[in-house]
Amino acid sequence: MSSETKQILTTDGIPLEISLRKAERKNKIKAFLLVSPLLLFLLITYIFPIGEMFTRSIDDKMITNMLPKTFKSMETWDGKELPPEEVFASFLSDFKILVDKKEHGKLAQRLNKEKNGFSSTVKKLFRQVKRNKIDESKNIKEQIMKVHKRWRDVEYWRAIKRTAPPYTSAKYLKAIDMYLNEDNKITQVSEDRRIHRILWLRTVEVAFFVTVFCFLMGYPIAHLLATLPMKYSNLLMICVLLPFWTSLLVRTASWMILLQQQGVVNDFFVMIGLVADDNRPEMMYNKVGTYVAMTQILLPFMVLPLYSVMKTISPSLMRAGKSLGGTPFVAFWKVYFPLTIPGIGAGCLLVFILAIGYYITPALVGGSSGTLISNRIAYHMKTTLDWSFASAMGLMLLGGVLVIYWLYNKLVGVDNIKLG
Amino acid sequence: MALPKYTETRYRIWHYFYIAICTFVFIFLIAPLFVIFPLSFNAEEFLVFSEGMKNLDPDAFSLRWYKDMVYGTKNPWGLAAKNSFIIAIFATLGSVILGTVAALGLSSRHMPFKGIIMATLISPMIVPLIISGVAIFFFMAKAGLAATHAGIVLAHIILGTPFVVITVTATLSGFDHSVTRAAASLGSNPVNTFMKVTLPLILPGVISGGLFAFVTSFDEVVVVLFLAGLENTTIPIQMWTGLREQLSPTILAVATCLIILSTLILISAELLRRRSERLRGINR
Repeated sequence: MSSETKQILTTDGIPLEISLRKAERKNKIKAFLLVSPLLLFLLITYIFPIGEMFTRSIDDKMITNMLPKTFKSMETWDGKELPPEEVFASFLSDFKILVDKKEHGKLAQRLNKEKNGFSSTVKKLFRQVKRNKIDESKNIKEQIMKVHKRWRDVEYWRAIKRTAPPYTSAKYLKAIDMYLNEDNKITQVSEDRRIHRILWLRTVEVAFFVTVFCFLMGYPIAHLLATLPMKYSNLLMICVLLPFWTSLLVRTASWMILLQQQGVVNDFFVMIGLVADDNRPEMMYNKVGTYVAMTQILLPFMVLPLYSVMKTISPSLMRAGKSLGGTPFVAFWKVYFPLTIPGIGAGCLLVFILAIGYYITPALVGGSSGTLISNRIAYHMKTTLDWSFASAMGLMLLGGVLVIYWLYNKLVGVDNIKLG
Repeated sequence: MALPKYTETRYRIWHYFYIAICTFVFIFLIAPLFVIFPLSFNAEEFLVFSEGMKNLDPDAFSLRWYKDMVYGTKNPWGLAAKNSFIIAIFATLGSVILGTVAALGLSSRHMPFKGIIMATLISPMIVPLIISGVAIFFFMAKAGLAATHAGIVLAHIILGTPFVVITVTATLSGFDHSVTRAAASLGSNPVNTFMKVTLPLILPGVISGGLFAFVTSFDEVVVVLFLAGLENTTIPIQMWTGLREQLSPTILAVATCLIILSTLILISAELLRRRSERLRGINR
C-alpha cells in the first residue's frame, strides 16, 4: 500500500483543505472590512496629522525656497572671510524677486530669529533696492556693503548660510532652552531666559505627585469597596462614579469656591481653631490648589481599575495567610498587595498620563504656578501662532508618554484598561 | 464591617483608622459637588454662604441666577447649550456606529494584526489631549473645517470612538457566537442577523459606550478651544471663559444643571451595566 491518502472533497468536488483556506481568507477580509471605516477615519484625521506635526516641527523650507540662488552660490564659500562677489550678486537677485512678491518682511523676520540685528539691516537694503539705487552693472558686493555696516560683517553672512538646510532642530532645542550657536554647537540660553525646562520639570512634578496622592487615597477606598457587602459598596460606589461622570469644569469651579479665602475649607479651619480668622491661608492660586483639585478630579481613574482587580481577589487568600501564622499586616503585604499590582499599574498609568496632559484645572486654580507645558503648547498654538514650536513640544510630550507606556508594558503588561 | 470579638487592640485601632481614612476620602470625592447646590440659590452676588443662608432664612435664597442663566442679557448659555447638545448627539451617533462596527471586526478571531490595529483605534484615549488637539486642529484647518460644527463633531468622534470600541469589545468577549451561526443556518442574511440577534444582545455595551462618548463630547474643552469660533461656543467653553474672568453665581446655576445631568447619566450607566452583566451571565 502506498502512503498516499485519499483527499477529502467537499460536495462541490473541491479539496476540503482549499475550501477551508478560502473560507478562512474570506473571514479575514470580512473582519478587516468591518474595522476599516474607523481605521481609515482615524488615519486620515488623527494619525497622519500627528505625523504632520513632526514635519512641521522640523520644517525650515521657507527660507530655503526664498534664497535658492544664494544658497547655491554659497556652497563653495568656506565662511572664513566675506563671501565673493558671486554670492552678493545672487543674493541681490533673490532679494529682488522677494521684494516684487512683497516677501522681504518674512525673510527679515526669519533671519532675525537666526541672528539679532537682521531686521533693520534687511529693511535698509529693501529701501535701496526699492529706489533702484543699486546698479547691477557695477560691483554689487561693494554697493551692498555700503548699505549697512552689518553687510560688511562676516558673522551675518554665516548666519544666512546656516539657514540653508530645509530642516532644523531649532524648535526642539528651544523647548529645552538650548540653541545652536555660531559654531554649530549646542549651547544653553542665558539663565534669565530658561523658562521651558522649569515648565517640563513642573509638569512632571505635578503629574507625579498627583499620581502618588491618588494612589494613597484610592487604595484604601478601592479595598473597602471591594470587601464590603454589595449592598453598601454599591451605595459608596456612587461617591466615586458621580464625580467621574461630572464635568471637569464643574468640579474645578467647586474647588475654586471651596478653597477661596472666604471659602468653606477656610471657614472650617477657623471654626476648629486651626487658623485665626484674620490670617486665613491662601489655598488657591498656588500649588496646594493644583494638587487638591487635580487629585480629586483624577481619583476615580485610580479607584476604578484598582477596584476591578481587587474584586477578583478571593477573601479566602487573606484568611489562609492569617491561618498560616501571618499577622494581618504580613498577610496583607505578602498575599494581598502583590495581587493588586496590575490594578496599581493600570491606575497609576492612567492618572499619570491624564495628569501630564492637563492644563485646564492648573490654569484655573494654580495661579502662576499652574502654567504647565500643555498650557504653553496651547499658548503657542493660539496666541503666538508659532505652530512648529507647539508641534515640537507636543511631540516631545508624546514621546515621554510613549516611553512611560512602554515601561509599563515591560513591567506590568498591558491588559485591558477597565472603565468601571 | 464588624470586627470579631477576639481582635487585638492595635488591630482594632488600625481598623478604625482605616475607616476614618476611607470616610475622609469619600467626603473629599463627593462634597465638592454639594457645595455648588446651595450657593447657586444664593440671593446675593457673592460666592460665600451669607449669614442668612447659614440661618436658613428663606429670603437669602432665590432663583435669581437661574433666571439670569435662561433670560440674562447677552446670554451666552442658550446658544452654548444648543451647540453642546447638537455636537454631542451627532458625535455620539458617529462614535457609536464607527466604534461598534470596528469592535465587531476586532473581536473576530480571524482579524489580522489585531494588536497594532487595536492600539491605533484606542490611541486618542492614550495620547494626551493637548496633542490630540494640535493634530486635529491641523487636519481641520487644512480641510477647511475649523470653526464649524462639522469640524467639532468629527473631532469629538475621534475622541469618543475608543470608549465605544473598548466597551463593545468587552461585551463581545462574552458573546456566544453560536447564536449568529444558528441564525445563519436558519437562513438569515448577515445584516438581518446583526440587527435581530447580535445587536439586541450587545446593546447594553453599545449604549454605555455611547454614554461615554456623549459625556466626552459634552465635557470636552481642550480640543474645542482650538476649533471653535464665536458661533460654535459650547457649555465648556463658556464655563472656561467664565471661570477665568470672574466666578459668577450664574456659572454655579449652570454647574448645578450639569450635576443633575451627570446624575441621570450615572443612573442610566449603572442600570445598563447591571443589565449587561445579567445578559452575559455574570453573577456576583
